[in-house]
Amino acid sequence: MHAFIEFIMGPMVWISFGIFSLGILFRLFRIYSQTREKENFMFTYLSFKYGFRSILAWLVPFLPVSTRKSPVFWGVSYLFHVLLFLAPIFLLAHVALLEESLGLSWITLNDTVADIFTVVVILALIFFVVRRFTVPEVKFLTTASDFLFIGLVALPFISGFLAYHQFFAYQWMVIIHVISGELMLILVPFTRFFHMVMAPLTRAYTGSEFGYIRKAKDW
Amino acid sequence: MQDTEIKDNNLTSDQMEVVDDGVEAGLAKLTPEKIAQVINQVLDKETGPRFKAYIDTCMRCGLCADACSIFLSNDRHPRFSPAAKVKLTLLEMINKKGQVSKDFLRDTVRICHTECNVCKRCSMYCPFGIDIAYMMLTVRRICHKLEITPLYIQDTVNSHAATANQMWVKEDEWIDTLQWQEEDAREEFEDLQIPLDKDGADIMYSVIAPEPKFQAGLIYQTAAMMHAAGMNWTMPSFPGWDNSNMAMYTGDFETSGQIAQMHYEAAAKLHVKRIVMGECGHAFRSVYDVGNRWVGWTKPPFELVHAIDFFHELLTSGRIIVKEKYKKTVTLHDPCNVMRGRGLCEKARVLTNMLCESFVEMTPNREHNYCCGAGGGVINCGPPWKGTRMVNNKEKAKQLKATGAEVLIAPCHNCHSGLEDINEHYELGMEIKFFGDIIFEIMEKTIYQGGK
Repeated sequence: MHAFIEFIMGPMVWISFGIFSLGILFRLFRIYSQTREKENFMFTYLSFKYGFRSILAWLVPFLPVSTRKSPVFWGVSYLFHVLLFLAPIFLLAHVALLEESLGLSWITLNDTVADIFTVVVILALIFFVVRRFTVPEVKFLTTASDFLFIGLVALPFISGFLAYHQFFAYQWMVIIHVISGELMLILVPFTRFFHMVMAPLTRAYTGSEFGYIRKAKDW
Repeated sequence: MQDTEIKDNNLTSDQMEVVDDGVEAGLAKLTPEKIAQVINQVLDKETGPRFKAYIDTCMRCGLCADACSIFLSNDRHPRFSPAAKVKLTLLEMINKKGQVSKDFLRDTVRICHTECNVCKRCSMYCPFGIDIAYMMLTVRRICHKLEITPLYIQDTVNSHAATANQMWVKEDEWIDTLQWQEEDAREEFEDLQIPLDKDGADIMYSVIAPEPKFQAGLIYQTAAMMHAAGMNWTMPSFPGWDNSNMAMYTGDFETSGQIAQMHYEAAAKLHVKRIVMGECGHAFRSVYDVGNRWVGWTKPPFELVHAIDFFHELLTSGRIIVKEKYKKTVTLHDPCNVMRGRGLCEKARVLTNMLCESFVEMTPNREHNYCCGAGGGVINCGPPWKGTRMVNNKEKAKQLKATGAEVLIAPCHNCHSGLEDINEHYELGMEIKFFGDIIFEIMEKTIYQGGK
C-alpha cells in the first residue's frame, strides 16, 4: 500500500503532467498539420487582431449579449472556470509538495479561502447537473458522457475537501483525490476537456471571419 | 401580443405534414449503399479539422438556443436549438457511419433547408464561436449529393446552371427589359440612359434575376438615381449580370463557384472600377464572402459595394439631394448578410436618418437582429414550406409589431419577400420598402453638377 501511494504521489504525477502537456502539444500539432493539408485557407483569414479582440471580448464578464441573456449560468460558469484553476494551483498543500520535490514555490491561498473555493466549485458542478435535468433545450442535448465529465471534475474536489477535513477514511480519500486528479489531467487532450485549448482557437477563427472579412462584432 | 399568436393550431412547424415532391423523388432513387457512400465521402473528404473541432468542442451547454428565432418561434421547443439541429442530423450520421434511413433523411432535409436560415446569429451566442451555419451547409451539401434538395430551390439552381441567372430569364428578355425601363424613364428624365456594356465605366451595376422578371421598376429607380447623381455606370448585356446565387445555399458549390466567377468576369470584361449591387443580401454574401473563395481569391477581385453603402455615399456626398424627408414612422430590418456579413449597421442608420423624419429601432437590432425568416434559401424552398415558415417566423412577427412603425425598410430582396409574407400572415399592416423606394420618392430629380 505504501509503495502504491508513493507511486501515485511520485512518478505518476510527472507521468500525468507529461501526458497532459505532450498530449496537448501533439493534438495542436495534428490540428495545425491537418489544417495546412485540408483547409489551408483558414490561415489566410486568421487575424491576430480580430481573433484576439474576440477572445478578449468573451473574457470580459457580461460583455457579450449571450452572457447577459443567461446571467445566472454565466455567473456560475465564470466563477467555476476561474476557481477550477485557482484552487488547485494556489493550494498550500499542493505548493508545499512541489517545494518539497522541486524546490519551486509561489504564493498560496489561505486554507479557509481554498476551502470556500472548493465548495463553490462543487456547488457549481451540482448546478450544472441540475441544469441538465431542468432546462429543456439543455436536457435534449445531454448524454451520459456529460455527467461522466462533470463527475470526473467533481471527484478530485470532493475527495480533496473530505481529505482536508479528515471526516472519514482519510487515506482512501487522499488516494481517490490523487488518482482522480491525475486522471483528469491525462484525459484533457483526448476528450471534450480539450475545449480548454480548442475554444480560444475556434473563437479566434470566428472572430477573425467576423472582424476581418465581415467588419462585424461577434459578441 | 394576443394577435401575433398562431391562428392555425399549436403545432410546432416540424409536426406539420409537408410533402416536397423533389425530396420524395430523390429519396425513391436512393439505396442504403449510396446513402452511406455519399455521407462518408462528404464527412471524410470534404471536411477537415474545423468540422471535427466544432463537433468535439461543443459542450452541449444549450446557449445557442436563445440565438435562434426559429427556436423562439416554436415556443422554445428543444428540437429547434442550433445544437439540436446538429445532433439530429450530423451526430446521427457520424454515429451510424452514414447508415441512416430514408425517413431520417427526410427529416434531415427539413431541418437543414427549412429550419435554419444559416444566418450565423448562433455563432455570436456560442461561447466558442462554433459556426453552426457552416455545419448546416455541410448537411445541405450531403443532401445535394444525394439529390434530395427541395424542389423549388433546386429549380432555381437548375436555372442558374442552364441560363446563368436564377429565373430562367432569356438574354433577349434581359436586354428588352432594360431598354423598356430606359424608355419609360426618359419620360421623366430627358437624356436618361441605362448604358449597356460601356467599357471602362466606373461602376458595373448588377441585380438579382427577380428584378427583370417581376420588379423591373427597381431598375427604373436605380437608373433614375444614377442619372441624377451623374454616375458613370453600366450594366452587362451578357451573362454575369445576375449576382444572385442559390447554389451557394443548396451545397452545389461547383455551380455556385461558376456563378460568382461569371459575375467577376463580366466586371473584368467591362474594365469597371467597382461593382455596385442592388438591395440584396444573399447575393452580396455570394460575391463578397463565398464565391471569391471558391474561385481562389482571398477577397473579391473587385471592390463590391452594397446598395446601402452606395446610397450612403450618394447622399453624404451630396450627389443626391433630399427634397423633403419621408414623413411616416419607419423601422429598419438589418439583413444578416450585410450586417453580420458586412457591418453596414451604422451606415444604414445614417442613411435612414438622412431620409426619414421618424425612425424607431426594432429590438434586437444591428448584428443581433433576427433573420427575416426567409433567408438562407428557406423562402426559395417554395410554396410547400410556406406554412411551416410562417410558424417559424412568429418571433420575427412579434419583433416587428412591437416597433409600432408604419413602414418597414428592408434593404434585401429575400428579406423583403419573407417580411411581406409575415406582414400578411400576422396582419401587421406594415408597408415594406427598399431604401431605393424611399430615396426615389423624396429625392430632388435634378441632375448633379459637380462643384455647384
